[in-house]
Amino acid sequence: MKRIQATPKTPFKQWMTSSYPVWFYIPAGVIFFVFFLFPTVASLFFSLTRWTLFDATFIGLDNYSLFFKEPFLFQGLRNSLIYGVLTSGLKVVLGMLFGVFLTSQIVARDYLRSVVFFPVLVSTVGVGITFTALMHPTQGFINESLELFGIKGPAWLTNPRFALLSVALVDVWKGVGLATVIYIAGINAIPIEYYEASEIDGANSLQQFWNITLPLARPATFTVIILSLIGGLRSFDLIWAMTRGGPGFTTDVIASVIYKQYQAGFYGLSTAGNVVLIILVAVIIVPLSAFLNKREVEL
Amino acid sequence: MKKNQMLFKVISILCLLSLLAACGPAATEAPVATDAPAATEAPAATDAPAATEPAEVVTLTYFIDDNPTNVASAENQVAAFEAANPGIKVEIETHPGGGEGDNLVKTRLATGEMSDVFRYNAGSLFQALNPQENMLDLTDEAFQADILDSFKPVVTAPDGRVYGAPEEAAMGGGVLYNKKIYAELGLSVPKSWAEFMANNEKIKQAGKVAVIQTFGDTWTSQLFVLADYYNVQVAVPDFAEKYTANQAKYATTPAALRSFERQEEIFKGGYLNEDFASATFTDGLRMVALGEGAHYPMLTFAIGGIAQDYPDNLADVGFFAMPGDDPAKNGLTVWMPAAVYIYKGTTHPEEAKRFVAFLASAEGCDARSAANGATGPYVIKTCTLPADVPPAVADLLPYFQADGATAPALEFLSPIKGPNLEHLTVEVGSGIRTAADAAALYDEDVKKQAEQLGLPGW
Repeated sequence: MKRIQATPKTPFKQWMTSSYPVWFYIPAGVIFFVFFLFPTVASLFFSLTRWTLFDATFIGLDNYSLFFKEPFLFQGLRNSLIYGVLTSGLKVVLGMLFGVFLTSQIVARDYLRSVVFFPVLVSTVGVGITFTALMHPTQGFINESLELFGIKGPAWLTNPRFALLSVALVDVWKGVGLATVIYIAGINAIPIEYYEASEIDGANSLQQFWNITLPLARPATFTVIILSLIGGLRSFDLIWAMTRGGPGFTTDVIASVIYKQYQAGFYGLSTAGNVVLIILVAVIIVPLSAFLNKREVEL
Repeated sequence: MKKNQMLFKVISILCLLSLLAACGPAATEAPVATDAPAATEAPAATDAPAATEPAEVVTLTYFIDDNPTNVASAENQVAAFEAANPGIKVEIETHPGGGEGDNLVKTRLATGEMSDVFRYNAGSLFQALNPQENMLDLTDEAFQADILDSFKPVVTAPDGRVYGAPEEAAMGGGVLYNKKIYAELGLSVPKSWAEFMANNEKIKQAGKVAVIQTFGDTWTSQLFVLADYYNVQVAVPDFAEKYTANQAKYATTPAALRSFERQEEIFKGGYLNEDFASATFTDGLRMVALGEGAHYPMLTFAIGGIAQDYPDNLADVGFFAMPGDDPAKNGLTVWMPAAVYIYKGTTHPEEAKRFVAFLASAEGCDARSAANGATGPYVIKTCTLPADVPPAVADLLPYFQADGATAPALEFLSPIKGPNLEHLTVEVGSGIRTAADAAALYDEDVKKQAEQLGLPGW
């Protein structure tokens, strides 16, 4: 038998023969390759073709130029931004309020915490269908309740002016629990000494909130903003369950524009749209995350 | 140490192989599925009679949309078929209608998971399924002799072979109307758009809902445009050819643009039911049957739904074709029935063919009529209508008997139907977008579809 030890080991050989790290890496690597890398590369390829699922014809960048000419793309982009900013803003404000409230000494605090968190656990599509029924313009619970007070409620989901806002509000209802939990953790991490010191200085609770809680909970705020903005920008399931982008195209966001193209059988075009969506979310989130992280370090 | 390492490598490789093996079937599914009938079916078929025990029960799957009338007739037909063929069981699977359903059908075909037999639109939607690749050729089946020649082109692929068999009655697209409201207000059936609008105005003055729209099911919004095709081809006889060849556009052909404008006029007139944006197809049927609204633009297959849910009010509902500008040239836009197809990868082609032949026979029609009553003329020669047809169907039949009073809908004359039409007509019908704007956007949509189909001239 040849003496292996005699030959000097190159770094590659060392990497191959040291059993521990490499062989442990491979199963996960295979899964990563098969379920993530391969589809991503394949979608790059298919985005350059006219694809019927049965066969694909290479057409260069035509899908991308067609996608950017899509009449509803900019409406979708605008709606995505409105939706992302609105839900993320409301989640910050409400999450902070609930967070402060649920960290103070109140009756049934633990019970209330679980109540606030509960909607996060429910299936999004289920929430969507439930609220679609509640928001029905004539037979819905919301408008029927308003009617008792003599108010004629709007057509929440079918009036183009309200539809996107209504869906955003439901998104906030469903997502504010997560923001609250992040804030509870953030607020609990603030050392009690600051509050004690400020009390000795005669600060009231509003001043305490403004000068201690708000600045020191900033890491929590950044986390909530990043998470809910990413979620809002690529939001699809709730919008699809509630309005399907309708009435007409008025609540279409980027993801639903892409889904409608897919549904119409424009598989190459919708794949190109997905590639654009990945790039777009990255372009918005990476600098934002870097900026917010820098601020966090400075604190 | 060395031995251990060796053992470790062997185990790792085994793990890897088993992982790959798990992935394997997914990659090779398609060829296996398409090869199956040719390679394995013949022996299976000859094995069965040779066995001494009673032949095994074969279970077919049948994929249909979840429209209650179609489900009811499929259940009736399956029961009748199973009674006549004890060796075969049929399981019905349903999918939602509209774009969602198209998507499911295409995905299941592409992933090789289609049911043995499935029911789907004929015409342009059928062409988009790539029939040569996905369906069994039914050209030489005996039952084709009984099918009217006018139907066959809408289930014929570019290779000239026939892939489907009709599964319902031919339909008219037009307006279902409530006869009680008409009698009460002394109205007569309109022959022109002006008369129709005058009727609408009178109904509105009487404090009733003149036109029912149900945008909760977006597909129902397309009737003003699609059912107007008879009037378009009266004005522009070669519209379909030019449209397919990229020479005629909705936005620039006045007669075609008129279809969108009519829908706009209805909204502007304030004739709609209050909940038009959220009401559904079944709400629409209720409203026109019970007289909560006077007109419901719809396909006549909906008569079957009224027969099922409101049998006592069936006699109150009549039908007329979508009126055009010229009362002298009043005619009907006709929809060919949906068809049943056999998936090419089925493992039971013989049984599936028997089932399809049954659906396309007089017994199949009778089972459908028994579930829903008559909804229109069948395109199968051996099928007859029951003696007592509902009034709306009686209103429909004369169009078929008069010369030149019918024209097929555009989707049966051209392979192109833009997928976004239903969203655009919702916008026009809700006053969100103007007719001219929607027609121009629809032309864009049509262009995308034509390019996807790879048609010449686009």
